[in-house]
Amino acid sequence: MTAVADTAAGPSRRRAPTGLRSLADAWKHLQTKVGVIITLLIVLVAVAGPYLAPYAHTEFVDLPFGKPSGDAWFGTDNLGRDVLTRVLYGGRTVVVMSFLSVVVGMVLGIAFGLVAGYSRTWLDDVLMGTTDIVLAFPHLLLTLLFVAMAGPHKWLIVLLVAVGHAPRIARLTRGLTLDASRLEYVEAAEAMALPRWRILASEILPNLSTPLMVEFGVRLAISVGMLAALSFLGAGLQPPEADWGLMINENRSALNVQPWAVVIPMATISLFALGAYLISEGFARAFAGVDRQGIRT
Amino acid sequence: MTVIDVDGLRVELAGDRSPIVDEISFTVQAGELVGIVGESGSGKTTIATALSGHFRRGARHAAGSVAVDGTDMGAISSKARQDLRGRVIAYMPQDPTAALNPALRIRRQLEEALTAHRIGSNRAERRGRIREVLREVALPDTDDFLSRYPHQLSGGQQQRVCIAMAFICQPKVIVLDEPTTGLDVTTQAQVLETVKTLCERHSTAAIYVSHDLAVVSNLADRVLVLYAGRMAEFGRRAAVFNSPAHPYTRMLLSAIPDPKERKSTHVRTGRTPAPGEVIDACPFSSRCEFATERCTLSDPPMVEVGVEHAIRCHEHETVAAVPMEAAVSAPRAPDDRADALLSVKDLTASYGTNPVLAGVSLDLFSHECLAVVGESGSGKTTLAKSIAGLMPAYDGTVSYRGRELARGARSRSTEERRSLQYIFQSPYRSLNPRKTVGQAIRAPLSHFFGTSEAEASNQVAAALERVALPSEFARRFPDELSGGERQRVAIARALVTEPDVLICDEVTSALDVSVQASIVELLEDLREQEGLALLFVTHNLALVRSIADRVTVLDRGTLIETGAATEILDRPSEDYTRRLLAHTPTVKSGDATGTILGDSGPDGGRNGRHSS
Amino acid sequence: MRLWNRHGWIIRRLGVAVLSLWVVSIVVFMATQALPGDAAVAILGRQATPEAVAIMRADLGLNRPLVTQYIDWFGGVLVGDFGESVGSGAPISDLIGSRIVNTAVLLVVSAVIIFPAGIALGVFAALRRDGPLDRVFSVTTPAMNALPAFVVGLVLVILFGTTVWKIFPATALFPPGEFPLRHPDVMVLPVATLVLSTVPYLALIVRATTIEALESDYVQMARLKGLRPRTVVLVHALPNVVVPILQTGAVILGHLAGGVVVVEFLFRYPGLGTSLTNAVSARDLALIQASTLLLAAAIVVINLIADILTVQLTPRLRTAET
Repeated sequence: MTAVADTAAGPSRRRAPTGLRSLADAWKHLQTKVGVIITLLIVLVAVAGPYLAPYAHTEFVDLPFGKPSGDAWFGTDNLGRDVLTRVLYGGRTVVVMSFLSVVVGMVLGIAFGLVAGYSRTWLDDVLMGTTDIVLAFPHLLLTLLFVAMAGPHKWLIVLLVAVGHAPRIARLTRGLTLDASRLEYVEAAEAMALPRWRILASEILPNLSTPLMVEFGVRLAISVGMLAALSFLGAGLQPPEADWGLMINENRSALNVQPWAVVIPMATISLFALGAYLISEGFARAFAGVDRQGIRT
Repeated sequence: MTVIDVDGLRVELAGDRSPIVDEISFTVQAGELVGIVGESGSGKTTIATALSGHFRRGARHAAGSVAVDGTDMGAISSKARQDLRGRVIAYMPQDPTAALNPALRIRRQLEEALTAHRIGSNRAERRGRIREVLREVALPDTDDFLSRYPHQLSGGQQQRVCIAMAFICQPKVIVLDEPTTGLDVTTQAQVLETVKTLCERHSTAAIYVSHDLAVVSNLADRVLVLYAGRMAEFGRRAAVFNSPAHPYTRMLLSAIPDPKERKSTHVRTGRTPAPGEVIDACPFSSRCEFATERCTLSDPPMVEVGVEHAIRCHEHETVAAVPMEAAVSAPRAPDDRADALLSVKDLTASYGTNPVLAGVSLDLFSHECLAVVGESGSGKTTLAKSIAGLMPAYDGTVSYRGRELARGARSRSTEERRSLQYIFQSPYRSLNPRKTVGQAIRAPLSHFFGTSEAEASNQVAAALERVALPSEFARRFPDELSGGERQRVAIARALVTEPDVLICDEVTSALDVSVQASIVELLEDLREQEGLALLFVTHNLALVRSIADRVTVLDRGTLIETGAATEILDRPSEDYTRRLLAHTPTVKSGDATGTILGDSGPDGGRNGRHSS
Repeated sequence: MRLWNRHGWIIRRLGVAVLSLWVVSIVVFMATQALPGDAAVAILGRQATPEAVAIMRADLGLNRPLVTQYIDWFGGVLVGDFGESVGSGAPISDLIGSRIVNTAVLLVVSAVIIFPAGIALGVFAALRRDGPLDRVFSVTTPAMNALPAFVVGLVLVILFGTTVWKIFPATALFPPGEFPLRHPDVMVLPVATLVLSTVPYLALIVRATTIEALESDYVQMARLKGLRPRTVVLVHALPNVVVPILQTGAVILGHLAGGVVVVEFLFRYPGLGTSLTNAVSARDLALIQASTLLLAAAIVVINLIADILTVQLTPRLRTAET
């Protein structure tokens, strides 16, 4: 049992607006700062890359698997296209698709989880039963299965990755909502008969923001890995599109000769995933800190 | 013979080296019982575990020494410390549910201390000792009982297993760390009786750590009062309770509610330094009525004020000159009753198949305070929530001003919801941590009255003033407030709707006794000045006389009796109420150790913990 | 009575597992045979003539009502008949029999390393909390955790298989039908990839749960009873760590079942994963169905086992009356 002193947690300097409080708490941790910087860097490369690229992404500049040279700093790929150019072009799809899939997955999962956790009726059983089924499939397998059958459409891939995220986010949200809705400030709102959507939106959801941000970071890292893996398996984006995962697939047969064509997209994918993961670490630490406010003597 | 000798103990936070406790010196003689009293954050648990040479993570032993049975705990190897722990100095924890390992059977948890200290040469001897100690704490000594896991025992049984665990190696001294916090008074009385008997029988010295001055006054030979990690007062029980010399002890004593007399307490609120906070003043100066300039400039030293009686106060001579008045206010005369404001008829409710309330009826008249008293499991919270519309699954009727209320809050009219306001037990859970105080108080304003932002901020300031908080609190978040301040905010949030009835559900049970007194005082003032009716739900019979006009006693969902507060407290007509009163600890100051305890025999059956 | 209830719970849990398996089969069936993108088109490719597609549809029995198709297919699955491969015409069960063994061996060997290593690392880091090893650990594990499995595998290939040193084969080719453990060298990199991409996660969870147990009141109580530090950890802390680890274990095995597809593809390891990726590029319907169904079924069974063990190992759940 944690005894809490009849003293404030100390004169506090925090005056962040309500909505940004979890962000402000997380920002104190080094992980968040490093993670945000890395992620922004990758996003910048992805967005600005095509404008900086020395060649067009389908332009042949040298022989296949050409060594690095003044014309092609990191050599050329399996068809003789500039590796640097293709790396600068190849981030857009991963970045956009991974963010989209996580956002869609979070919206789906949070909606499901909030409703299930707050209603505590048959709806809860039905929603959670549905998530159980989706959870029986390994995330990648589910995506692979449907993409293989219906074709590698980008919207479909985003949707499938999102659907794979949703049940896991829903379970987390449901658990958090269940805990939060038992708290007395929610009961106080119930006693006033505030509209249910307002209780969910203004009493419960703001208190889930930190753990949900943790989940967002983890999910983003997973999305990045998954989208890259799909391309790597040849089931994601199709040639001649420039894409980091696909580049690895196309060029790995010549690892001995021209490793740059594989190593650079590997590094960008890893950095992106790492950045996302570090952000979630920062939030996780901020979240753990919340529970330590009671001081035991 | 001295079994514990603490000299100048200082424990600090490992990070910034600020003290958690400092300058702690006291001794415990063989067979003696020393009480350590302090409110939350005063450092009492730190001292309790330091006696066994244990410091929690992040805390370090910075200065001073702790000697147990002549051995300096800080100067010996960890192996030697291990050997003393359990065998010479035993520890009994606060929360038995958390202190018993959920994965191990009771037998194992009792036996391992014997094995570790090589007590008993063989298994049969050890088992014999286990059975003996179980009988001593009035638990069954059967194999079946020993094979159980902790979760298969009742709360009271778990508590007794912990006592058995502490006594099993027949230690010279035993440290009891808030062993009865959260227990019902009946269970508490039984646990204390058992501990006391065992200590006397085996002449074991004991250190009893508690926030409850009343309990300590019934048990201890000597008493140490802690404030903000320092000793405020230390002396023989009679001295401390008959002639308390430190302003803090005096305030505590006047804040303790007493079922026998009606007290009107005026507790000064101020800031208590947080653990580890460095201060160059008497830590109590901000709350002290005797404080002078020098109190704010330096921390006073410990001075002798009598035989074996020392306090830490600059102004102890001034304080001693002012007699402690027994501030007794006259009981209120009941008002003339018109019709009941709120009327409950035959309320019956159950959780699944468990009946919680069986046909409870009561009336609440305007301007009065009706206390609903019961132990855990009495259904008092269910009753309060049913009235507030938070627990719609009940049978029977609740009417307000003669009109029957719908069962759920959502089905009631805005007017009805506005008029009945509910204040929750825990101010740590009743305020949304992501909303400022101002936002919390504004929510009912805009919901019930559609008040505009600009107008609302004036009303928020006014509401804060009504609960004696400065208006700049509106911008603060709950975690920047103390427990007492949070509860005031929760009350302010209820007051802005201009209600007729406040339903107060154990509103002081999460607070320290001095804070409790100030909240009770606030509610009392509100009732008098604003004409509110209060439904005051509590487990604490002692509080009732200070606040209530009438009392309703509940036991296991049934109404035992209802009547005027003075009547019920002075001449209870039901056995149950008598028993409850007998078990409610009150401050004793005579020389002989009083009996707190009525006719309580140990029973494993009805032992509950409060949901706190 | 208590006994019956316990069995009752297990029977109910089994029922749930069977139900999920059934629903999984429907999802797989729907994905492969009932999706608007016609299966016949999927097989023949988008350039196929309408006539060819029509013939293919008839061949596959796609003109029959969906329910009939499903009952036919599912009836076969129940007796181990997954249909025939479009490519070779051989029965699927013949094609994947040895591949199931290969994948199982890969997963079992990895798991045998992952669990002891992850648990040991996590417990060790928790016991020496904030020590030098724990610091290294808490910086590196998140980084390791973030990396996709195929990146880890590629790094290993670059370091040990191709570019830097050539110690282990970068492709795990061995004659079909042979027991993979007879070629330990080809197993090294695939197993290492699976191990490295899951151990950090497991160790992180183990560390957190162990710390939680070590900080508990009952562990403090055990210390204050004068028990030896070793007893405190082994008898009091660790038994309460087992169950959270078990649940994490199920999650990890789930990860492995997905990760194995990528890892097998990367190393051309002849298992269920490669049969799936091959089937995807060859548009071999029956093979896709069989591979996904088997991998998904493995996860359902793993979760079932984890849940049953959880109840068996938690006294509070085991002795529950209902």
